[in-house]
Amino acid sequence: MSAILQATDLAVVYDGFRAVDGVSFAVAPGESFGIVGESGSGKSTILRAICGLAPASEGSIVVGGAAGRLKPGSRAFRRKVQMVFQDPYGSLHPRQTIDRILAEPLAIHGVKDAEARITRALDEVGLGTGFRFRYPHQLSGGQRQRIAIARALILEPEILLLDEPTSALDASVQAEVLNLLEELRIRRHLTFVMVSHDLAVVTHMCGRLMVMRNGKTVEILPSVSLTRGDIRSDYTRELMAASLGFRRTDAPPVPG
Amino acid sequence: MSILLDVQNLKVAFPNRDGDYVEAVRGVSFALGRERLGIVGESGSGKSQTGRAILGLTAPQARVSADRLTFDGIDLLKASPAERRALRGARIGMVLQDPKYSLNPVMNVGNQIVEALQAHRKVGDREAREQALAMLAAVQIDRPARVFDLYPHEVSGGMGQRVMIAMMLIAEPDLLIADEPTSALDVTVQLQVLSILDRLVAERGMGLIFISHDLRLVSSFCDRVLVMYAGRVVEEIAAADLGAAQHAYTRGLLSCLPRLGEHRHPLPVLSRDPEWAR
Repeated sequence: MSAILQATDLAVVYDGFRAVDGVSFAVAPGESFGIVGESGSGKSTILRAICGLAPASEGSIVVGGAAGRLKPGSRAFRRKVQMVFQDPYGSLHPRQTIDRILAEPLAIHGVKDAEARITRALDEVGLGTGFRFRYPHQLSGGQRQRIAIARALILEPEILLLDEPTSALDASVQAEVLNLLEELRIRRHLTFVMVSHDLAVVTHMCGRLMVMRNGKTVEILPSVSLTRGDIRSDYTRELMAASLGFRRTDAPPVPG
Repeated sequence: MSILLDVQNLKVAFPNRDGDYVEAVRGVSFALGRERLGIVGESGSGKSQTGRAILGLTAPQARVSADRLTFDGIDLLKASPAERRALRGARIGMVLQDPKYSLNPVMNVGNQIVEALQAHRKVGDREAREQALAMLAAVQIDRPARVFDLYPHEVSGGMGQRVMIAMMLIAEPDLLIADEPTSALDVTVQLQVLSILDRLVAERGMGLIFISHDLRLVSSFCDRVLVMYAGRVVEEIAAADLGAAQHAYTRGLLSCLPRLGEHRHPLPVLSRDPEWAR
């Protein structure tokens, strides 16, 4: 099976600072691949590099396997790769109706059946056409994130890049959005690359995951190994412990 | 245990466009000693408004009422704005969610701590600086003298939040209200900040109200948890007994979180019963 997305020795450098430093991974078609790490670990920068928002300084990103290489940022590429951003409050245009937000990518790519697609996209994310002529501020956070997902899916991409898609949402809404994403992935045979700081969310959604720190890969491992505790690096173990919550015993000693 | 804060039937209502009022907090009652109390709920449950009403930071157009709202014997509802001001910061402190927005961007962090101290205590400049440096060291900042001169944009999120805690604790309040103090931080940094907060609260014998949307975190940190839904407390439970929660909302909130090592596809979602909001 050839990879649909392959990054080789990827580096993103800003003024000498290596935000992403020599990262390689491959994602198979239909796979759900997770990237975890703390802020500043470079996880979001990788997504931005994949979709061409952050220029890759070194290394390569190949999308579509060896047969159909697509240039990041090109029109054909953008039809195949779409992204959902973290903050549904910041990623939707506040002065545009949902209808216009969803029509925009269709207009850019010259898709003819806009009407039918918008209706279908809204149905698919479980909102219905009643929401079509509302503005983003009239929707809740979970509803907005559903619109962001609808906007990404309306071009029928193959790869969906998810940058912390639920971290701005309440727990109960998070469960709904995660279920929706999973259902869409199975129905549409999508490939996911999902970035999150929440290990539980990533292991729930993804088959394999990459742990990052300071722009470098700490390790790539299947989710089942992580949950079984089959971990090689101490850093991953530290993240695991941290995600289990606060324990009074591990409070650091009081400095003199 | 002596009661530090007594809240009976607290209501906070905001005017809507029709000249009517919408109740954000609808009759919250609890008493707090020198302990760690968690208030958990989703956005819009009224948890932050409860904290703000105690401090007297509710927006001026809102209506606050309660059968009883006393802090250490002082009736907060009858207190004048000047009396509330004297309490705020000096005896009741508040740590807010995001240090990026809560610190003054054009003042170095050290002077902000000094300002907080001098607003409440008569302390000379040199002495205040010494105390601020000691406080920075107490929140485990390496090289406090260097950090003192930094501006908020020059410190990381975790460091900014520790600066906020230092600023709030320097006047040695009796009660600290922490509104989502670690939600903007990474998990590992979150734990460091929590353990600092935990130690300082224990050392100084403060009461703590920890407001958060994260039920798991709150239950691992606090002694007692109030679960809020639609402006009301639907359940009060000892943190250790959270697994035995009775209310369907608390149980639903717990079960819809993905857990490490569990395969539940799809995740159970919360089906809201209109009865809960009654």
